[in-house]
Amino acid sequence: MSKSDPNAPKRLALIASKGTLDWAYPPFILASAAGAMGWEVGIFFTFYGLTLLKPDLTAAVSPLGNPAMPMKMPFGPEGFQNINWPMPNLLMANVPGFESLATTLMKQTFKNKGVASVEELRESCLELDVRLIGCQMTMDVFGFKREDFIKEAEIGGAATFLEYAADADVQLFI
Amino acid sequence: MTDVIKEDQVLDCSGMLCPMPVVKASKAIKELQSGQILKMIATDPGAPPDMEAWSRQTGNEMLRSMTDNGKFIFYLKKK
Repeated sequence: MSKSDPNAPKRLALIASKGTLDWAYPPFILASAAGAMGWEVGIFFTFYGLTLLKPDLTAAVSPLGNPAMPMKMPFGPEGFQNINWPMPNLLMANVPGFESLATTLMKQTFKNKGVASVEELRESCLELDVRLIGCQMTMDVFGFKREDFIKEAEIGGAATFLEYAADADVQLFI
Repeated sequence: MTDVIKEDQVLDCSGMLCPMPVVKASKAIKELQSGQILKMIATDPGAPPDMEAWSRQTGNEMLRSMTDNGKFIFYLKKK
């Protein structure tokens, strides 16, 4: 629906360009919240964001190059959980398994605090009719096929996104 | 004390953080008829401003918003 229709619902157009766990949250949170408010929502998944369309979400988080990332322990007394553990780059870059440890800690901390998982948020988006559009060009570059993604995903290119975004009230690149 | 509002449905979002309270509220209100009232309970400190925004955006009127023992309680009337 175009803006020429005053009764058209508001529209949110998002670009999700990153595939790590921490960056998987913002597009799905905003999309599900907008969908819950009755807005039309479309997310265009490009580059590393494309992996968020796979049936099994394997998004991980890397503290490397993420110097402001707080590391919190998801267990123990509250005072212990609130400690912000400093993570020197030397440790992050050289200890095998550090990324999977950081991912486990983040997932557990989020769960304990009551944050929905990325899987749940994506499911909510689908229930709210959020359009999930995979970038054809990135698929070609990285060797993804249509069947690598969830069946609800649509496929499109830059023109598809731009046409959708042109009539959107909010457009964000994430 | 203000008048008692009689709800038609109760939704407890205790323990949930953003955006789940608004997502659950939108799902719950779809099950109601126009004019019916949803009582929603949340503990997320972000819920009061978010539910106000949700109410304005969806047109489902916020009849009352209150705090009780650290819980936020909202009465929402379906448009």
